[in-house]
Amino acid sequence: MFHLRLFIEYFKQYMKTRLEYRWDFVAQFATDFLFQAVNLVFILVVFQHTKSLNGWNQSEVIFIYGYFLIPWAVFSAFFNLWDFNERYIIRGELDRVLTRPVHSLVQVIMETMSPESLLGVLTGLIVMGYAMTDLHLHWSWTDPLLFLLFTLGGVAVYAGIYIALTSISLYTDSKTDIQPIIFNIGSYGRYPVNIYHRVIQFALTWVLPFAFVGFYPASFLLDQEQWKGYALITPLVGAVYLAIGITCWNRGIRHYRGAGN
Amino acid sequence: MLSMYWEVIRIRFLMMLAYRVNYYSGIVIYSLNIGVYYFLWMAIYGGESSLQGLTSLQMATYIAVSWMARAFYFNNLDREIAQEIRDGTVAIQLIRPYPYLLVKVFQGFGEGLFRLLLFSVPGMIVVSFIFPIHLPGFSDVWLKFALSLLLGFIVNVQVNILTGVCAFFILNNQGLIRAKRVAVDLLSGLIIPIPFYPEWAQLLLSYLPFQAISYLPSLVLVKGLAGEEFVHAILIQAAWCVLLWIPIRVIWKKARKTLIVQGG
Repeated sequence: MFHLRLFIEYFKQYMKTRLEYRWDFVAQFATDFLFQAVNLVFILVVFQHTKSLNGWNQSEVIFIYGYFLIPWAVFSAFFNLWDFNERYIIRGELDRVLTRPVHSLVQVIMETMSPESLLGVLTGLIVMGYAMTDLHLHWSWTDPLLFLLFTLGGVAVYAGIYIALTSISLYTDSKTDIQPIIFNIGSYGRYPVNIYHRVIQFALTWVLPFAFVGFYPASFLLDQEQWKGYALITPLVGAVYLAIGITCWNRGIRHYRGAGN
Repeated sequence: MLSMYWEVIRIRFLMMLAYRVNYYSGIVIYSLNIGVYYFLWMAIYGGESSLQGLTSLQMATYIAVSWMARAFYFNNLDREIAQEIRDGTVAIQLIRPYPYLLVKVFQGFGEGLFRLLLFSVPGMIVVSFIFPIHLPGFSDVWLKFALSLLLGFIVNVQVNILTGVCAFFILNNQGLIRAKRVAVDLLSGLIIPIPFYPEWAQLLLSYLPFQAISYLPSLVLVKGLAGEEFVHAILIQAAWCVLLWIPIRVIWKKARKTLIVQGG
């Protein structure tokens, strides 16, 4: 309850600062949308030359892509840890955070959140909806529930991995470029994994499980039986990776010595 | 005069060299991008040996070459120029005894040269071990590619400068810069080679400068364009190099008159 109140306060402050620059707000949304549009154009164009992508038709690939956008949007709204190193370690803001009586990670998340990214959920739903006009899917009563669980699982996978990566900054203040590398690996998860080499499929499932963010859950919602087992353990994989991330963070905080004066 | 520009190139090259560690991760990132598009395109080819005049082997090579070429022509001149306009340092630049935009071009060239030698070449070697691609051996194709690549670089620099100097009129043009980057990646043939677009889009793209940046240079190398085809490709690129210079001159002239330095 306390955390929720805190969150609302942070949110109010955030909206005040953002609405001061309304046009930036609109411009950011427009360019984000453009980025997604490029990927959609890619799918639409290539399907003029093929009927299927290893057994997946155009609408299915678009559906998977649209689904992927949803956990991604939630993740980028609340885990905006990209410039953690710069802002909290080098400029020393973490010292301020550590003197306060709320868990450091919770504070950092609330200070860096960008709730406007949640609009991406809408984009994702529109893309999925567009794909579904062409697909005859059977939605049982459990599906919306699973959809929610899958989304949370996907967000947790992303969050866990990025929290773990951010924790590296707690040990060294030198810049690492590992985050953009992992970000690019993440984009592998938005296409059907069976197009990739077996080694990559394995890595996307068990090492950096980005396939659980987009492909596995989406294939379940597409009524594909083949990956059902994987889809159903999505929340579990998410929980495991989130736990790993938080453990890394807590250990890192204990190790943290500050960046100097 | 020429020695000055040589110095500009050299200094930018050395500046990049100081931060060379950043580029190892760059190679990994580009390889990952090549990877995702390689697998996507191979799945698109499926059993087909050739689509739209490109065999699957040529397609794989095209993806690798066009991404590694991007490392050469890509630069942030638009962002730099916009930044200098916004923080007012452009005023200092303008009173210096050199043509501002031309110096920017050569700075970009120094940066490109650095990436070509320390990023594209090693990256290409790495990629050729991972993916089955076919590059021509020692032949004049490489010279033709170098010429085409250079023209592609010039067109891209011009597009960047055009975007950058818009900051004279739109004071916050971050959105425009990002939109331009996406547009260039999509429309230059980097993500989708031009012949894969529907007819109407191909027609439209043939009237736009973007194909000169990535599609034509990559095609020169991958298909080993010769004779008339090669000359045609080079002429298109050269024509854009000349044509794009006009709006830049016009806008630049106007912009210098309307310059407002925010803060000081």
